[in-house]
Amino acid sequence: MSAIPVTMKDYKVETFPTWCPGCGDFSVLAGVTKALATAGKHPKDVAVVSGIGCSSNLPHFLKAYGVHSLHGRALPVAQGIKLANPDMVVIATGGDGDGYGIGAGHWLHAMRRNLDITYVVMNNEIYGLTTGQTSPTSLVGHKTKSTPFGNIEQPVNPVGVALMAGATFVARGFSGDAKGLATIIQKGIEHKGFSFIDVQSPCVTYNKLNTYDWHRERVYNLQDAGHDVTDFNAAVQRALEWPTKDPAGKEPIGIFYQQTGRPTYGESERAYQVNANPARAQKLGVSAEQRKELLAQLY
Amino acid sequence: MARTEVSIRIGGAAGDGVASTGEIFGKTLSRSGQHVYAYNSYQSVIRGGHVWFQIRGGADPIPYVGQRADILIALNKQTVDIHAATLSPGARVIYDPEKVKLDEAQLPQGVQLCPMPLYELAKKHSPNPIMANTVAVGAAMAFIKAPVGKFKSVLEDQFGHKKADVVDANLKAAEAGIQYALDKWGPMDFGLPYNDTRRPFLTGNQALALGAIAAGCTFYSFYPMTPATSIGQFLADNGPDLGIVVKQCEDEIAVINMAIGASYGGARSACGTSGGGFALMVEAMSMAGMLETPLVVFLAQRAGPSTGLPTKNEQGDLYMVMGAGQGEYPRIVLAPRTIAEAYEASARAFELADKWQTPVIVMSDLLLSEHFETEEEFPMESHRIDRGLIWTGQNGDGPFLRYKVTESGVSPRVIPGTQDGNYIAGSDEHDEDGTLVSDVRAGLPDAIQVRVDQMDKRMRKIEGARQDTKLPERVGPKNAPVTLVSWGSTHGAVREAMAMLKRDGIEVASIEFIDIYPLPQDKIREMLSRERYTVMVEANYTGQLERLIRAETGWFPNDRLFKYDGEPFWPEEIVAKVKSVMKEVSQ
Repeated sequence: MSAIPVTMKDYKVETFPTWCPGCGDFSVLAGVTKALATAGKHPKDVAVVSGIGCSSNLPHFLKAYGVHSLHGRALPVAQGIKLANPDMVVIATGGDGDGYGIGAGHWLHAMRRNLDITYVVMNNEIYGLTTGQTSPTSLVGHKTKSTPFGNIEQPVNPVGVALMAGATFVARGFSGDAKGLATIIQKGIEHKGFSFIDVQSPCVTYNKLNTYDWHRERVYNLQDAGHDVTDFNAAVQRALEWPTKDPAGKEPIGIFYQQTGRPTYGESERAYQVNANPARAQKLGVSAEQRKELLAQLY
Repeated sequence: MARTEVSIRIGGAAGDGVASTGEIFGKTLSRSGQHVYAYNSYQSVIRGGHVWFQIRGGADPIPYVGQRADILIALNKQTVDIHAATLSPGARVIYDPEKVKLDEAQLPQGVQLCPMPLYELAKKHSPNPIMANTVAVGAAMAFIKAPVGKFKSVLEDQFGHKKADVVDANLKAAEAGIQYALDKWGPMDFGLPYNDTRRPFLTGNQALALGAIAAGCTFYSFYPMTPATSIGQFLADNGPDLGIVVKQCEDEIAVINMAIGASYGGARSACGTSGGGFALMVEAMSMAGMLETPLVVFLAQRAGPSTGLPTKNEQGDLYMVMGAGQGEYPRIVLAPRTIAEAYEASARAFELADKWQTPVIVMSDLLLSEHFETEEEFPMESHRIDRGLIWTGQNGDGPFLRYKVTESGVSPRVIPGTQDGNYIAGSDEHDEDGTLVSDVRAGLPDAIQVRVDQMDKRMRKIEGARQDTKLPERVGPKNAPVTLVSWGSTHGAVREAMAMLKRDGIEVASIEFIDIYPLPQDKIREMLSRERYTVMVEANYTGQLERLIRAETGWFPNDRLFKYDGEPFWPEEIVAKVKSVMKEVSQ
């Protein structure tokens, strides 16, 4: 997109992240930045949109356009930016409460729409900013401030939901594998269509259960295991592996599924044939001819 | 003397084709040089129940829904039961005696029954029983000597895309109706001056949509909700070919957040809903205020509370609009009175939104949104578009500070994609460059100052916007004994009531609010305080505009006429109120 080479430095801002030392979100920030730079995207062409929560502060920590919106509303805002200004590279970020809880409805519909945007969810299985309540992905039995006797609800299976909802790029990353994560995010950004990336991003302060070590004992890389990303049924089988009640269960990370043939929402939107970028439209309003045509139907 | 104005009412059950029949009739008149006002009274059902469509047409502009019927087309018995009392002297009732058993005794004296074999006549031309409506319309047209050629042209446009034989069958059915009616009863004493002048015949929602198009709106999102849905439908039909992205979303929360995203992204952006949907938008309204993204929200009110009466009228959402959102932020509220004003307010809303970078709510109500009226063509191409303060990084713009503290409170914004314009619009309190002051800096002395500066900056916009507010319109004699105060579509009933009172020798005045907020307090107080005896007329229970005016100016009215039965105001109700008040005033 840009003729000038882009480096991670171009994304640097003065604001230092306010996350706790060791927070998994640092890896996600590094991954997003590295992916954007590697993909050659210029900060002027990038918008990062978040909701509310610790992880949703992310847009402030890199140089880009963006909106730090309301709790659960990152996706509608991100889609609005993309629909209005389709030349922007749009990335939505947030946490598991933001995306799978309060914003779950938007998440489902965004996936079936297949707009060309990337959604990165920093999943720590806990509500961190509100100091440690249960989340939609908390495992059964997890004792939190709001479930002092252990969570009794089944956790959401984000990858499974994404596959069923029609996301055309579905992956899971792990903050403990920063390099692999950056690659996944880059592939997500480069994917034409909706890319969904669930990231196991440990909360070092309020989640003493799903720690880095705990994940390290369980994760394995799908690509190393020879998984075929074009095989939907195989992706579903892998998705069902996690979350699991099996104490010895394994957690697949990497790309589960990528479908390349499906047209994006933008490719099917009729308005772009007339007006390739509604935000930057040179001429707004109507001509006398257009007025006549519009009003003709009302006689 | 032949009458130059006629009111026709068509009644039946949902699914009988009442509305489309009425629309065809209305269009026939509007293509024949007549002014028309049409109102569709319906229910929240797809089949059954009772619906009626009122068409009032004539040589002069029609101020309001017709209360009387000169011709009643009764597609079922219930129609006669309900509407018999509205029949004017000499009115005719068209019905099929096979389907509708009428007792002449239940009708007012002088009403002419016109039993016709509607279904039998229709059957000859089409197996579709709905064609009986066309036979009835033919009869009504014969009674008022409406030009058949115009009717034909409407049918061709309405059904031409389907099949030529549908048009043909309709025409033959209409001709059968005309012939039968003329043979049996002949025309009535109407002399409408038919001619070849044509005027657009449209609803308030279509006018709102046209205003948005004229203003260069390029993004519109919505979720279907009566009575706002047809704004989105008109734009869905016409928008894409004009380069407008129209998006139906999963819920109203997505609707407004997407519209805010589109606005941030640089588009002229709007969304629309009714009260229940607006309630879901409240949190994001406040965000638009905080991010300072321009945004136009159409709110077509219907009768609440809760799901309320989804297809009925009310002005019950003003207080929700005024209180919509956590915390305080500037907002602008417009409430057009007529279809022409709906067009104008809609287009103007986009200018105000860009100028003040804050949400503008355009409030209509079911009657304004959904009734049809003939209008002169809107001069859409001459609307002047001004996107307000935009930073481009050129022409010595200087470094970009999105939330720069300025005298007007408005700071330059940027269209994403602009070099060196990067910023994060934060729903948290932020510094001039958009940096949060809500977490690690919150409560520290410099952040406290930033908070105050940013609040002052945002809220200052109210003072500027106040200068843009249109004053209410006052009509009537200077020293009127009674002054009616109203807003929105109530205007029509008020004006008709004034005309009726004048015929009885009573001249009252009317003050009608067009823009609701921010109010020019001193001017409003002065204007209202000059009146001798004021009656607040509102379609709600608690007098929401009255309360707002009182809060803003300290003024309150002498008397009130509040209506919340879901029906539009009937001028007779206002006339009766004024007459009862006159007794008091003169005592």
